[in-house]
Amino acid sequence: MVQKKRSYTALIGITVLLLFVILLENLGNFIPGLPQVLTPTSPLFTVLKKAAVYSLVAVSMNLLNGFTGLFSLGQAGFMLLGAYTYAILTVPTAQKEQVYYLFEGCAFDFSLVDMFEGIFGNHGAGGAIAMILACLLALILAGCVAGFFAYLIGFPVLRLKSDYLAIATLGFAEILRAIFQWQKLGKVTNGANMIKGFPTFTNFNITDSSGAVILRLSTFVPFLISSLCIVVIVLLINSSYGRAFKSIRDDEVAAEAMGISLFKHKMLSFVISSFFAGVGGALFAMYVANAQAKAFTSVMTYEILLIVVIGGIGSVSGSVLATFLYVACSEWWLRFLDSEQYIGNIKVPLLRNGFRMVVFSVVIMVIVLFFSQGIMGNREISLGALIRKFSPKKERKQ
Amino acid sequence: MEYVISVLLSGISVGGQYALIAIGYTLVYGILRLINFAHGDVFMVAGLMGIYFTATLPVTASVPLVIFLTVVLGFTIERAAYKPLRGAPRMSVMISAIGVSYLLQNTATYVTGGQPMTYPVIPFLSDTVNVAGTQTKWVVIITPFLVLILVFALSLLIGRTKVGMAMRAVSKDFETSRLMGIKINSVISVTFIIGSALAAVGSVLFFTNYPAITPTAGAMPGLKAFVAAVFGGIGSIPGAVIGAFLIGICETIIKGLPSSWDVSVFSDAFTFALLIIILIFKPQGLFGEAATDKV
Amino acid sequence: MGNALHLENVTMQFGGVVSVNDLSIDVPEHKIIALIGPNGAGKTTAFNCITGVYQPTNGLIEFMGRPMVRNHPTGKALKTYKGENAGKFANDPVLAPAPDEITGLGIARTFQNIRLWKSMTVFENVLVAKHQRAKQNVFSATFRGNLAEEKRMRDETMDLLVEQGLDAYKDELAVSLPYGLQRRLEIARALATSPKLLLLDEPAAGMNPQETAELADFVRQIREKYDLTVFLIEHHMDLVMNVSDYIYVIDFGSEIARGIPEEVQNNRRVIEAYLGVSD
Repeated sequence: MVQKKRSYTALIGITVLLLFVILLENLGNFIPGLPQVLTPTSPLFTVLKKAAVYSLVAVSMNLLNGFTGLFSLGQAGFMLLGAYTYAILTVPTAQKEQVYYLFEGCAFDFSLVDMFEGIFGNHGAGGAIAMILACLLALILAGCVAGFFAYLIGFPVLRLKSDYLAIATLGFAEILRAIFQWQKLGKVTNGANMIKGFPTFTNFNITDSSGAVILRLSTFVPFLISSLCIVVIVLLINSSYGRAFKSIRDDEVAAEAMGISLFKHKMLSFVISSFFAGVGGALFAMYVANAQAKAFTSVMTYEILLIVVIGGIGSVSGSVLATFLYVACSEWWLRFLDSEQYIGNIKVPLLRNGFRMVVFSVVIMVIVLFFSQGIMGNREISLGALIRKFSPKKERKQ
Repeated sequence: MEYVISVLLSGISVGGQYALIAIGYTLVYGILRLINFAHGDVFMVAGLMGIYFTATLPVTASVPLVIFLTVVLGFTIERAAYKPLRGAPRMSVMISAIGVSYLLQNTATYVTGGQPMTYPVIPFLSDTVNVAGTQTKWVVIITPFLVLILVFALSLLIGRTKVGMAMRAVSKDFETSRLMGIKINSVISVTFIIGSALAAVGSVLFFTNYPAITPTAGAMPGLKAFVAAVFGGIGSIPGAVIGAFLIGICETIIKGLPSSWDVSVFSDAFTFALLIIILIFKPQGLFGEAATDKV
Repeated sequence: MGNALHLENVTMQFGGVVSVNDLSIDVPEHKIIALIGPNGAGKTTAFNCITGVYQPTNGLIEFMGRPMVRNHPTGKALKTYKGENAGKFANDPVLAPAPDEITGLGIARTFQNIRLWKSMTVFENVLVAKHQRAKQNVFSATFRGNLAEEKRMRDETMDLLVEQGLDAYKDELAVSLPYGLQRRLEIARALATSPKLLLLDEPAAGMNPQETAELADFVRQIREKYDLTVFLIEHHMDLVMNVSDYIYVIDFGSEIARGIPEEVQNNRRVIEAYLGVSD
């Protein structure tokens, strides 16, 4: 019963959050003369979008590293697979000639967007449905491709011990990156060049016939998809399988002796984590509006790993919280460190391009060394508890 | 034929440079069971220091200074980032190593302004020489010999001295060595000092042959050197050296294949493919020992 | 009644060290059988062979009359093999099920050095052991497609905890329990896998005399209640003599004696093995 009540509070919390996001990005429509921070071009929305995308990837990594105890560093590789799958499947046929001009067109003449537009028409409500379905299907397929590769890779690497697993998955990600940059595959992957022209978050903004935005949904969409995926991951973690994952993390030998098949469950965790990393990669491609193998380096994996560590290994809400803090700091709040600043007439020393990241890495090292539990340790934020904490005292007595 | 010789020569020299980094990995892993992700970046920092010092100091002064400061850096990293986590889960230490790597790369970006830095021309090493009809730099010829001399010296150190004996003992059994009164922390420090010094020498040789250093220039050679160490059997110095030479040669061969095949993009991927194949079929590497877990 | 467990010429060799040598043991159904011997005699190694943690170098293990584990040395292992009966199983196919498959067949165990899942509560520790036999897949579990099954698992877990007197601690972390209760919890967890054969590895280690005395009754009780066969390793001679129907004694990996408690108690070789030989 308690559990049921908890899940209702969580559900309401997420719905409120999503509605709030819609409201936030459309404030400009109702209130003229808004402060710059709340206008659609504000860094606030860049941060929100990017953090929504990254939090899914961070949670998916936490599922593997935090809850199953498998130290994998292949996240960027699976994101790459997802990003490319999404991009290749959704670039409209009409654009392909232009995108793939170096390779004289794409190897196959197919696009999910065109396919659905063939069914529902390409403008008005039909066009919207076509695009939503195309993107949704492409996102799911992006996850499936990443999951399938994880399945193949899992056979050899999941037998390896902790640090060897890390280096082997890192290696696989690097191999994938090389393959996708290979010019011989140019007709599919566009070689080392980027694929663009596919539907991005801005395509979800509702416009009138003149092209003016009526309802902005470009921040809402990544929030919606990420929260859906994170909810699924949380459900998994709280299920019998999630408990089995945790038992493997705590003690493999005992888990095996109590009937938990190590290989099966490690594989499950690996494939599911990679599925969501793939979806996250596709969302990332939508966020940056291109797919390019060059972006998915091991540095990206490290970044996500550090977010997970900051949030607390083994805490989903910690990962989400840390992602928003991390992205806000790196893209917005600490930006001032990168340019020269004056207090009165005195130039603040050290501030110039790159200083932000130095400060950032120092903070991360401090967390890793002195607050190894991260923000949340392995606890979770519970909405119910928060409400109780901030509600008037007489209610608390009950 | 000349082409083959030149490919082989540069393969051997690249391999030698990887070997110098790989020894640092293999020593540290042997003792702490830690993949020191920051080692490649220490190597990069050594390269950058080389650039800044030679701008003001003569080469004869700057090279020793680079080696000294790299050793200080390696020592400091161990004391600041790894020592506090002794006894913590292995994953935490590895995350700390990744954090250090991130810090070094970002600091390098800050200091250099993100621009690729050109490595100075070091007299003699950069001079060209004619071997069997191919033009090459002296550094290419010297590297393998220098590596062999250094490895010989190192094996004397490990095989014949007291500190070497302590290192071997600690890598066999960390806890028991501690109980037997071996000063674990000094042994670990010595390990990092040796590893960093060799990486500094490696950086001089490596970057002399390359046009420029970027903040991420250390990551890839670092990972490759680690693969070399795994290939040879982690913990084994001759293994790491042989692995490094093999990887160096294979990599240059791949890079030297006809450009119409367009496989040079796989020169890095090849290394990882090799790694995965080894981990699957012979996880203890060429010269490593298999370990069993007690239940 | 037949044998629940049958070991035939089981040898376990690590490199050049023979830990278990040509061991043959019968554990009849519904009996309590003990395996005793001095420290380092190879008792836990024998358990590890039965539960699939190690694959024996040579020998056959049958469970409920069916071959479960079988191996024979080949190649390099044959050259270095020091045990006996190297050729006995050479023509039979090798059987090497994983530990979880063996648990699935109906063998559960506890550990000498308690291995509870440290980040989980007492309740969860038992609940996880129900995972293997639950009728669910990853989709039905994630999307709550089969709530009845989850409820059944939780109810049965609660019943077990009540029965073991652990229900008061159900939401505490397993590792925060006192030692004796941790041992109890390990047994409860093993029972949750619905075993037919229970392997107890030094269940009384670290217990005080009173807890030890209670343990004997407790072992008999669960045998009746769950229709179990019990095979145990123990150092407390009082407990062993009290609870066992039959005893096997090993030293340096080989059997030195077997018999009912009275026989073993008075066996000269057993006394020598425990107390050392005095000429």
